[in-house]
Amino acid sequence: MNRFSTLISRDIRLALRQGSALTLSLSFFVIVIVLFPLGVGPELSILTRIGPGVLWIGALLACLLTLDRIFQADFEDGSLDLLVTGPLPVVAVVLAKVIAHWVTSVLPLIIVAPILALTLNMPFDGIWVLTVTLLIGTPTLSLIGSVGAALTVGMRRGGVLLSLLVLPLYIPILIFGAAAVEASVAVLDVTPHLLLMAGISLGALVICPIAAAAALRLALD
Amino acid sequence: MAIDLHKYANPRRFLKIASAIYPWSAGLTVILLLSGLYMGLFMAPPDYQQGDTVRIMFVHVPASWMALSIYTMMAVSSAVGLIWKHPVADLSAKAAAPIGACFTFLALVTGSLWGQPMWGTYWVWDARLTSMLVLLFLYLGYMAIWEGFDDPSKASKAAAILVLVGVINVPIIKFSVDWWNTLHQPASVATMEGPKIHGSILTPLLIMGAAYMALFVTLLIIRVKAEIMQRRLRILQISELRNR
Repeated sequence: MNRFSTLISRDIRLALRQGSALTLSLSFFVIVIVLFPLGVGPELSILTRIGPGVLWIGALLACLLTLDRIFQADFEDGSLDLLVTGPLPVVAVVLAKVIAHWVTSVLPLIIVAPILALTLNMPFDGIWVLTVTLLIGTPTLSLIGSVGAALTVGMRRGGVLLSLLVLPLYIPILIFGAAAVEASVAVLDVTPHLLLMAGISLGALVICPIAAAAALRLALD
Repeated sequence: MAIDLHKYANPRRFLKIASAIYPWSAGLTVILLLSGLYMGLFMAPPDYQQGDTVRIMFVHVPASWMALSIYTMMAVSSAVGLIWKHPVADLSAKAAAPIGACFTFLALVTGSLWGQPMWGTYWVWDARLTSMLVLLFLYLGYMAIWEGFDDPSKASKAAAILVLVGVINVPIIKFSVDWWNTLHQPASVATMEGPKIHGSILTPLLIMGAAYMALFVTLLIIRVKAEIMQRRLRILQISELRNR
């Protein structure tokens, strides 16, 4: 457990000291959201209507942008070999890296999302539900992404392939996430959507580290 | 079970058996496809509401069956390849992927052509259609990951992991029409209470299903044979270079 938390804090520290990565995905997220009102026009009713989906897609793309960093840097400087051959089980290594990725590149998005939601003219209830859905749903994005990242680590054209592998698997989370926020905007019950998302997240928590660990072992063979 | 599998995992024995099956499956494909199409397109009665457009069903429904079955078959043979390291299992999964993608595409295209006169639109974003589209992307991703690796043994393992993660989508597609209220109609052939379709339509539908299955077996044999030959050729080329 101690090794596990050490690995998490190491990854978080590395990401924070590099700095650029954190602000990069954050500013990407903000710019994508800003593009939508410019593209579809500034009518507030339309923005309220598309707001949940836009924010979810923005978060999803920003997450996708940083996925390859989960393993790539450690693979290049060789520390991934040490981590995998070390005393910590590979599944735990994957899980630690996923947690570090989520904290450094997804959590900042969730903090900014309510402010962006205000600019998209979303009601306060909707913003509250949006934050909750992002908190429940985005760990799944990191978990599923870790499988794609592990499969494409060390590959030459990994980035494009990564998005092709991962995006189809993101669709259920996107659907339920956006549907929950829309339901709350329409003053409907949001619990079923939240429960389904939580179910998907828990399922991914079980399956994805195993699959990613298998893929990592394969990449390091 | 395991012993039997090991016996058939030998590529040479596989080639021998496949060559024996091949003329039968090819002949069966032609017979079933011709009779199924004739019965479906000319003999089956037109629907009292949909008229003759209902005949799209005989192309559409078996194609979607195949799309799901082929993905399941790929998952099973990838698991076999991953666990027992059978070379033919990986190759058959690889060979099945483009065929499955074609059936998925066929199901989507015929479905949208059927949707236009019936639902008034080519496409709706309901659960069944969206998850079928996701299935197509899964097939494409699977095919892309084979291209991404230089080493075929690594590629086969990576592709197997991907296909096993994606297999979660199969039950979602199968039961999407029961779980959600969709425009797409719920299951009507393989239900607990037996088929809900009249025999005059069910028979050609099942014949078409069998025809697609025979077509799949025929194409799969051709493709797996080609894969095995390609590997042998590669080995020969390498040993040729070594001897030089």
